[in-house]
Order: sequence, then C-alpha cells, then structure tokens
Amino acid sequence: MQTFNELKKVLKRDNSALPTARVALVGDTATQLLATALRGMAVQRGFQLELFEAEYAQVERQFLDPASELRAFGADYIVLFQSTHKLAEHHSLLDADRQAVLADDRLAFVQSVCNDEAFSRSKMICFNYPEIDDSVFGNYANRIATSLTYQVRRLNMMLMELSQAQSNLFICDLAALQNKFGRDWLFAPNVYVSTEMVVSIDALPYVAARVVDIISALRGQVKKCLILDLDNTLWGGVIGDDGLEGIQLGHGLGIGKAFSEFQQWVKKLRQRGIIICVASKNDEATAKEPFLHHPDMVLSLDDIAVFQANWDTKVDNIRTIQHILNIGFDSMVFLDDNPFERAIVREHIEGITVPELPDDPALYLEYLYSLNLFETASYSVADKDRTRQYQVEAQRVQLARTFDSEQAFLHSLNMRSVITGFTAFNTPRVAQLTQRSNQFNLRTIRYTEADIAALAADASVIDLAFTLEDRFGDNGLIAVVVMRPLDGDTLFIDSWLMSCRVLRRGVENFVLNTMVERARAAGYQRLIGEYIPTPKNRMVEHHYESLGFQLMPADAAAAVSVRYELSLDDYSPKPCEIEAASSDGNGAQ
Amino acid sequence: MERETIYNKLNEIFADVLDLDEVQLTDDTTADDIEEWDSLSHIQLVVAVEKAFGIKFTALEIMRWKNVGAMVDSILSK
Repeated sequence: MQTFNELKKVLKRDNSALPTARVALVGDTATQLLATALRGMAVQRGFQLELFEAEYAQVERQFLDPASELRAFGADYIVLFQSTHKLAEHHSLLDADRQAVLADDRLAFVQSVCNDEAFSRSKMICFNYPEIDDSVFGNYANRIATSLTYQVRRLNMMLMELSQAQSNLFICDLAALQNKFGRDWLFAPNVYVSTEMVVSIDALPYVAARVVDIISALRGQVKKCLILDLDNTLWGGVIGDDGLEGIQLGHGLGIGKAFSEFQQWVKKLRQRGIIICVASKNDEATAKEPFLHHPDMVLSLDDIAVFQANWDTKVDNIRTIQHILNIGFDSMVFLDDNPFERAIVREHIEGITVPELPDDPALYLEYLYSLNLFETASYSVADKDRTRQYQVEAQRVQLARTFDSEQAFLHSLNMRSVITGFTAFNTPRVAQLTQRSNQFNLRTIRYTEADIAALAADASVIDLAFTLEDRFGDNGLIAVVVMRPLDGDTLFIDSWLMSCRVLRRGVENFVLNTMVERARAAGYQRLIGEYIPTPKNRMVEHHYESLGFQLMPADAAAAVSVRYELSLDDYSPKPCEIEAASSDGNGAQ
Repeated sequence: MERETIYNKLNEIFADVLDLDEVQLTDDTTADDIEEWDSLSHIQLVVAVEKAFGIKFTALEIMRWKNVGAMVDSILSK
C-alpha cells in the first residue's frame, strides 16, 4: 500500500487526461486529508476525482437544505462518513429511551437520504461504524440495549440490511478495516484531539482504498479471475518430487492446515463466481493427481475453469488462459510462491495483479485478506455457474477445430436464445452485465439495478435481454440492448453490450434482427447507434459499419463519439444460426 | 541526542513531507516561513517526526509549538 505522502505526490503529476468521476465527500469530522488520499488513490486506479468536499460537520445541512452545495453539485458518488466519535457524543446526551433507538435514528437519516429524489442519480457510499468499547458496562454491554456497543453493532447490522433493500447504497466497511489492523492503528488520539481527524495518517491510504475499491467496482473495474500456481501455493511441497503422500495438505503433515484453509478461501471465491484457473510447471497428469486422489484436497477439478500444467512459461500459459476466457489481463490475479515467477509475469503481462505473497504460507491468507482484491458492486446467483460455462467454452474451442467452415460449426451448436425485456427476474444480471462488460460495449453506460427497473418501467424505452443456450449448456443472459426514442421516427441505441463469452457466434446479427423487428413493430423508421471509445472497447470500433449502418456527419459538439444510422425500410434480416426460443414465462413482457 | 543531529533529521523529514528540495530549519523557523507548511501538512510532519524518533507527542504539544525550537525541545524531553 502507498503511504499518504506518496498519494499526495501522485497528485502533483499532470493527471488531466484521466477519466473523471464526480465525488462528494461529506463527513462529521475533519476530512481534508482523507480527500487528498481519495484523490491520490483514484489516480492510482486510473481515474481522477472531481471532488466536492463539504464544510466540516455539515452533514445534515448538506443533505437536507434544498439550497445546499451538495445538491447543486450532482455527484456520481456521495461518500458519507459519519464517525463513531460523534455517535458516542450524541449517545452521551440522550436519555435512556432515546439511547435505545439511537441506531434507528441514524438509520432513518441514511434511508431518507437514499430515497431523496435529489440524489437519485448518485450512488451513496456510506461508512459503517468501527466500534469504540467505552467499557461503561464492560462485557455486560452485550445485554444492555442502551449501551454504545449495543447500538453501534445494531446500527452496522441495520446498515447491511438497508443496503440490501436500497440498490443505490453501498457500505464502506471501515469496521472491517479496524478488525483487521486494530483500533490503535486506525485512530491516533493525540492527532484527533488536536485536529478532529478520526483516521490516522497511516490508515488514510487504506480507508481511501476501501472507498475507491467500491467506486472502481461500480465503474466496472473488477477482478474476475484467479490464476494459481500449484506447488507450495496450493499445497506444501512439490508433487513431482514428494509424491501424493509427501505433499503437505490437511491436518496430518507439516503445515498442511495453512494450505487447506487457503483452498477453502479459493473455493468460496469460486462459489462467488470468480473464475479459478491453474498455471503450473508440471506434467499434466502429475499436477492433476492430488485433485483426483488426495483425500484432503478441498478444490476439485470441477472448480478449475482452465487447467494449464505443462513446461511452457507461466507467461505463455496465462496468455492461453486469457485467450480462452476472453477477459482483460487487468481483471486477473496471479498467485505464485516463487518471487522469480511473479517478477516475470508482472514484467511481461501488463495490468495483471500479482500479490507479493509472504514467504511463510501460514501468512498467505491474512495477507490476501488485507488486499481486498475481489471487491464487487453486484452479485447474482448465476455467477456460480460461470466456471462450468468456461469449461464448456474450452470444449467448444476443441470442437470448432473439427469443422471446415465456421457456419457448419455454428449450425452444429444448436443455439437457442430467449428474448425478454428487463424483468424483476433478470434485473440483477442485466445490471451486472452493464457494469462488468468493457470490451463488447458500444457506449459503456453503467446501470444499477434501480436504473434497470426504471428503464423497464419506461414505456417509451425498448429494453431487450438475450440468453443463449447451445448443445453444451446454458450461457445465461449474454446480451443487453436499450433503445430510446429520439423522435417519432428514430430510435437511439442507448446501450448495446454483450458478454465476450459468446463472441463469434453470430449473436450480433441475431440481436440486430430482433432490434429491427421490435423497432418496426413500434412504428420507427430508423436506428441511430453511437460508439464511444474507451481504452477497452476497440473491439467494437467498427461494429455498426460492419452491420451495414451508415456513418453520420460528425457533430462538432461530439468530438470523441461517432454516430451511425440504419434505415429500416430496406433492411433484410442478417444470416445467423440462432433460433428464437420461447421464454419459460418468467421473463415475457 | 544532540540538537544538531535532530535538526539534520528534521530537515530531511520536512523536505520529504513538504516535497521541497532542501529545508534549513532553525529554532526560530515557524509555519509562516515555509509556504507548504500549513495546518494539514503540520499533522503529517508531526506523525513523520514521531515515527522517525520513535516517540509520541501529546495533543497539547502538537497544538502549542510556536516554532521548530519548541518541537526540538519536545523531542529532547522524551
């Protein structure tokens, strides 16, 4: 982690070319240094903050006063940092009846802010409350509903529950940071008393990172894949030398427990939807032996999406994995106990994250916990099936090699797609796809679940969601289109994005056929599409041209984006090997 | 520790924290003499000095120093 001083120096560079996020920081203690740390940390992650920092201790006024600067600012993200210190001070002024509902009072405020129409397009990032054990009741505080400890814990729990119901609310887990590093690290009393700062200088970069983790995830920067070395990373010892009985794993031999618990963590990531892959210098059969036959292995071959065990370099194997998964290197994490391998991978693969694992495997987990690598801004149950889908993709790659023509191969897949609008059923996945898709994404507009629900409710919007199933399995929801009327004749393609898992299958043709059909049915004459370039979406730079759209004369005001139009009169359906299947009834509009 | 040794260390710390090429502190130097030394960087300086000397200042010391000489007196008293 960078030091505060390093973050400060980052800001002296010229960062003006970086994309911008508008962030408001509102706190009830002194937040100037946190603001600096936030700005520096954002630059580290590739964007700059246009920051509005509210005057100190103006939380209520900024949120409630109709004429406040915060309301006028129009933030993309509002960071709300209310401290346990102020909560404790407030607590001390209340009678017992009010103390018992302190958490409810605070929660009601956060809830009212989340529901305020003025902030409806802002994401709210709300700090939770690290505990202060004031020892007024000692351990007995656990039984006393009016105690500070009781109210703080209740409030943290209620914030979690509120964030489940409130799709624009994200909790920044300051309490987790204190759990990890300790109260005496997070908080410096001498600095607090002289300055009103409740976060120590040492802790500032970590707190800033926690906030920027959330913003980055909401901007679509997330880790999707974990690539693992095997020997001395996943088990102790070298399988090729020590053999099945000699490696350390489980509670029997050596420090096997460390590796078992590490594997349990990896398994949980897999269950959450992180793609787990293996890159190991080993014979494949030897490398797979523990997965098949060791009684204490937690991970099985079913957990691994792509298994690369051979004598090629790690760099080559990671590139192969990238080719199969079709995701950016910057969404990959590589774990290897060998500092030499780590250095080579870091040097040759730009963007990949390669943590400096400690020498002692006993320390792996606590170190990895501290990095918060796998922040996410969405989660859907479909995530769990992702490993299976990538395993299937590897099979498809095999099958494709046996066909002479691409068309014959695509035909053999028996592809079927269910087309629906946005529904309560698919909203989480649709929102997630808008947040995670970077490459096949024409305008890279990110939508939350609340946004998607609003689109679904808007009768003037044509919203389309596509699934894709083939003989190998179900890919789930893979493409999303949003079209808005520009005038009586014209629909503007607000969003068109697709999961890269289903590239080169003719989905684009199928989707366009559907779009045209729906547009015609609603009486429109033409479609206008727009390409907004990002560092990641070069893949679709010529998307509209290749589908027969005509380039429109450049608008002087829109220097970066390019628009294309398609007349519906003379459109004839594009060839494709995908059949429209009827929905199961859940999704039909 | 000699005052001079402390000053050498402090010059380095101030230069690093305030991002200056060189700093020459004396007993009489105050925040008014160095543009980059404001109330925010003051806290950074305090914490950096605490770390460098392995000491903790009291809250009152942090608020009350009139000049660098007073800070050095505090360091010497630990």
